[in-house]
Amino acid sequence: MELFIGIVNYLVFFAITAGTYGVLSLGLNVQWGFTGLFNIGVAGFYAVGAYTAALVSGPPPDVWDGRVVGGFELSFVVGLLAAALVAGAVGFLIGLPTLRLRADYLAIATIGIAETIRLVLKNEAWLTNGVWGLQQIPSPLHEPIHQGAVGFVRARPDLAPWLQDLISKAYNWFYLALVVFVLVILYLAMRRLARSPWGRVLRAIREDEDVAAMSGKNVFAYKLQALVLGAMIMGIGGALYAHYARFISPNSFEPLYGTFIVWVMLILGGTGNNKGAILGAFTVWGIWAATDFITGYLPFTAPQAAALRIIVIGVLLEVIVLARPQGLLPEVRRRRHLRRPKKTGEADSPPP
Amino acid sequence: MDALSRIPQLLVYGIVSGSILSLGGIGVSLTYSILGFSNFAHGDTMALGAYLALALLPVMAQLGLPSGSLGPLSFGWDFVASLLLAAVGTSLAVILLDRLLFARLRDTHRITLMIATVGVALALRNLLQFVWGPQPHYYTTTIQRAILIPQLGIRIKPDQIFIVAAAVLLALLLHLFLRYTKMGKAMRATSDNTALARVTGINTERVILWTWVIGASLAAVAGVLVGLENKFITPELGWQMLLSIFAAVILGGIGNPYGAIVGGLVVGISEEVSTAFISTGYKPAVAFAILILMLLIRPTGLLGRRR
Repeated sequence: MELFIGIVNYLVFFAITAGTYGVLSLGLNVQWGFTGLFNIGVAGFYAVGAYTAALVSGPPPDVWDGRVVGGFELSFVVGLLAAALVAGAVGFLIGLPTLRLRADYLAIATIGIAETIRLVLKNEAWLTNGVWGLQQIPSPLHEPIHQGAVGFVRARPDLAPWLQDLISKAYNWFYLALVVFVLVILYLAMRRLARSPWGRVLRAIREDEDVAAMSGKNVFAYKLQALVLGAMIMGIGGALYAHYARFISPNSFEPLYGTFIVWVMLILGGTGNNKGAILGAFTVWGIWAATDFITGYLPFTAPQAAALRIIVIGVLLEVIVLARPQGLLPEVRRRRHLRRPKKTGEADSPPP
Repeated sequence: MDALSRIPQLLVYGIVSGSILSLGGIGVSLTYSILGFSNFAHGDTMALGAYLALALLPVMAQLGLPSGSLGPLSFGWDFVASLLLAAVGTSLAVILLDRLLFARLRDTHRITLMIATVGVALALRNLLQFVWGPQPHYYTTTIQRAILIPQLGIRIKPDQIFIVAAAVLLALLLHLFLRYTKMGKAMRATSDNTALARVTGINTERVILWTWVIGASLAAVAGVLVGLENKFITPELGWQMLLSIFAAVILGGIGNPYGAIVGGLVVGISEEVSTAFISTGYKPAVAFAILILMLLIRPTGLLGRRR
């Protein structure tokens, strides 16, 4: 029973992280999946979201902190919205010089912005506390829920130990519900957008920019909107991470965790498919966790095991690209309004 | 010491690191113009070269190559042999990678290829970390005395002169190759117009092979030279330089190998000279600033053609 509860507790923790990655993956899907924008600086927007949320909702600087500003102790929701806005603003600024050019330039510029953001986080200690990071970021409603659960367990010492264990972890259940709530809202919104005329323009741009421009669409404006919207969603992902981890530092946003794993998630799940984006996040995070478990049994040192796990992710990416580029859940292409079922012998006729 | 008086010395450092960036940039530029995609694994190809040389060094000494220092340089013939063999080994590895992966994706969208290079970058870097660990490794622990040139107010190490000389020699060889050999001409033709080159009977697969060999060889040399200049190598060494290399390539005009040489020097010098004015912590961001500035003013680069 203890083992079972241990597994359940682990799964809750797992799902919180995977769900947060699901948010990032949804954001990348707007940029890459819908619009074909090659953003390999996801970590930058993620970091900006996390730091914004931490500075807006976190405590003021402690006496031993290097920073002198921030810590407004505003509510979680305000922090979440601020994270989205600031990450979106960064996306806007990076989109202006790059979105009129070939995809390569955006890719390189996004690597650059992610690295530059990390440098700012490390060097501007007055704002970010440098390499020491931001601590004691409050988890929403942590006190009432955690104290309540602990109090409940204390008042009933006759409860079975496994039940005590389960109840005392009640806060994780709450946070999981919060992550799932945000994820579902974003998923529904993205599904709505994907089916809207706006989403159709994005896909038209992805398939052929020139044709979209010929149809009178302002390609640059649409691309900028998609980049900013995706960045805002990534910022929300950062806020969800910061409030759960309660501690963030520049090292939390290295390209591996912040960018590459998100790419593998989206490509495995299905580029252009919102359900796929979420499925991919859970699958890849599952593989990542499984490799941690397996390498524990192999005779390698810790750095070797860490490297081996990343090699697995890299090889996984190549295998998907070679064997199943459309991903587990391929993009749903809605064509029923465009094509009439054709009877045998009937000549092609223009759609009604 | 005020900022301005440090500039001559920083220029020296800038030319040294710029030479290395140029060598790295040539490969990126050639891959871009002939294969049509940006290779984000190029930095890690450099790191592979650096580690192959590290592995070959004791083998060369075993084979009886003198390991004593060559004149004022910090290394001997064994190091020079390792450097050349590392270039061969890196080329073979990259050709294998092309056969296994890139050749099979040749007809897909170019962004698919870029995604594949990102995966290669990740796997390659961690393969190096798996074998050699994350800690730094050293080619030599010899301490070298810098030559003082008081008239110019600079000091320079013999190894640094070697780095610049090697880069100049390789750039010259590349120029002669592209200009006067049949394969060089075929490469330029393919870069101008792949379809037209194929119609005129150029074997584009052979051109692609040569592109990989040249790019990988120069990358390997660049990686080893980074180790020589920094005095140590880590699996991260190539990835850390990738942004500067791409800034150099775009500054010079992406797809133009001569542009990569010019761009490499400009980015290298800018990065070093910037430390006289801004915090050293922001040195990597200088390349990014140049990149954005260039994209705003002249996206085709200094030597690029208008599209």
